[in-house]
Amino acid sequence: MELVAYQPDFLLGLYERMVRIREFEDGIKFLFLEGIMPGTIHQCQGQEATAVGVCAALGSDDFITSTFRGHGHALAKGLSVQELLDELFGAATGCCKGKGGSMHVGNMAKGMVPGIAIVAGGIPVAAGMAMAFKMQHSGRVVACFFGDGAVAEGAFHEGVNMAAIWNLPVLFVCENNLYGASTHVSKVMRDTNIARRVAGYGIRGEQADGNDVLAVYEAARAAVEECRAGRGPAFLELLTYRRTGHSRRDPCHYQPQEERAAWAAKDPIDRFAEILKSQAIADDAALEAIKDRVLRQFNAAVENAKRAPLPTLEDLTTEVFA
Amino acid sequence: MTKRLGIAEALREAIAEEIERDPRVFCLGEDIAVPGGWGGAFTVTLGLEQKFPDRMINTPIAELGLFGVACGAAMMGMRPIADVQYGDFLLLATDQIVNNIAKFRYMSGGQITMPLVMRAPVGATGRGSQHAQNLERYFIGVPGLKVVAVSNAYDAKGILKSAVRDDNPVMIFEHKLLYGSKGARVEPGAVDATSEIPAAEYTVPLNRAAVRREGADVTILGWLLMLHYSLQAARQLADEGVGAEVIDVRSLAPLDLETIGASVQKTGRVVIVEEGPKTGSVSAEIAAAVMEHFGEYLRCPVCRVASADVPVPFSPVLENAYRPDVPRIVEAARQVMRF
Repeated sequence: MELVAYQPDFLLGLYERMVRIREFEDGIKFLFLEGIMPGTIHQCQGQEATAVGVCAALGSDDFITSTFRGHGHALAKGLSVQELLDELFGAATGCCKGKGGSMHVGNMAKGMVPGIAIVAGGIPVAAGMAMAFKMQHSGRVVACFFGDGAVAEGAFHEGVNMAAIWNLPVLFVCENNLYGASTHVSKVMRDTNIARRVAGYGIRGEQADGNDVLAVYEAARAAVEECRAGRGPAFLELLTYRRTGHSRRDPCHYQPQEERAAWAAKDPIDRFAEILKSQAIADDAALEAIKDRVLRQFNAAVENAKRAPLPTLEDLTTEVFA
Repeated sequence: MTKRLGIAEALREAIAEEIERDPRVFCLGEDIAVPGGWGGAFTVTLGLEQKFPDRMINTPIAELGLFGVACGAAMMGMRPIADVQYGDFLLLATDQIVNNIAKFRYMSGGQITMPLVMRAPVGATGRGSQHAQNLERYFIGVPGLKVVAVSNAYDAKGILKSAVRDDNPVMIFEHKLLYGSKGARVEPGAVDATSEIPAAEYTVPLNRAAVRREGADVTILGWLLMLHYSLQAARQLADEGVGAEVIDVRSLAPLDLETIGASVQKTGRVVIVEEGPKTGSVSAEIAAAVMEHFGEYLRCPVCRVASADVPVPFSPVLENAYRPDVPRIVEAARQVMRF
């Protein structure tokens, strides 16, 4: 792979964001299992490149929609570790004031709608956001993240079809991690090539290696350009793997060992680190320094989150109506 | 200067005026914008696609998708008016309505506003079970939604305008027998719900019931078609010497307990009339609220006149038995007058 086309800062930024997501997810898993953090979590270790690659192709006033597995999307779109952690701790200082929780993290000022935890529920919503952007002639684009499981939902069909008939500036991003909860994609679709099926809606679908952050970025950049030029929507299927359980305490006994090992060998962070080193963008020490910095920031944020103010009982009934 | 309009015409006028007033307002629905078409299932948007071609968005038959699209557009600063051809189809869109539209403001910690109007025709009208239900009951208990029912043309225009200008999602229920549509799509059994509409701009609040007829002996609460039947019953009761106060509940969520309570304190007797099965109904909620807040003023148990707990039947003889009628309302009032 040839990296001369990119600024080193851009590449190291991609790397740092992936590491930030990995350390965040590994760190909160521990906090959760220790019983320090309430609620439930759906994690994305191993899928860092999809979130980071797509969001790197978006502007700060572009939007994303996400799902119950949204921590990575949030960090990639620019939410801070602190506002996210506070939300997971149920604190009033969280990005949704503790009313959303892990499955509904978001920050509208940073271009992320709170996660939509009903499978495929965000697909028509993203089409509607794109309709608003088009009517407002704003030039903005929305990237809509969802998993392979969403493809079986009626909302997928309805939302993608409407975006297609109205040429809306929405980038559909299917993170195909091979499992919907515990069920393998091959059990729920006869043709497991998801990108191919959107030809039926009259739009272009493309598959990309979801564990290669630059491949994701390039595919997303081209798709976002098409959307901004009025040739939307676009559809990307990013091939990746969910190495954690579906949610808390799921030990993944249904994932074959060989399959897990093969995907572990394609770890997006390790792969990108090798590329950065081989092209002399960074050495081991520089990459280690990034990891140390990220970890220090995370640990400091955890200490803050433990002391963050909780909502008051008056907050129970506020913000139901505008 | 006034003019006499039916509900369909009044809604059409309100939509046109709001679209002209505010560039963020647009309509989204099935068969609402086909030149030479119907203007929606009940003519409400007839001709608007000629006047506002960019603001009348005709959708595929995809209720879940279209309410999701409306949700996304509202969230990004537009003010959509989304409708279904028959209220029954709201059930297809319920995920978007209940899980996203109603909840986004709260679960985002107040970051999101959802200025979205949803319109749905309801009522049994000779179409069998799936184009006939009264859906109000399914939405009044959803936190984050405002639910209203319009029973005359004046209210229809004023309430639609208030709903468009409100920063919250508002569900407006309309009755198929009250549209007053003329011509080919006129409904057998239709009731006159026309009003004198002023030339000057006006709005009607979303949270107020309206006393339609004053009386001192019994409070009859109804909305949509049942309000009109209740008024007919009140005229009959007047001949028997019974003074019925008839209230158009209008604001189903939140309930206007101030207006309802003032009447209950005066009469001490309450009859609630509802089209739709009695179990789990809007009238159950109203009855509970009356007992909780004004129980000490009641001279007798609250009485409900509602449909049987069955799907809406087709055969006219069964449908008429399903839908509460004037004699049953009169009889219920006579019952409470025994106390």
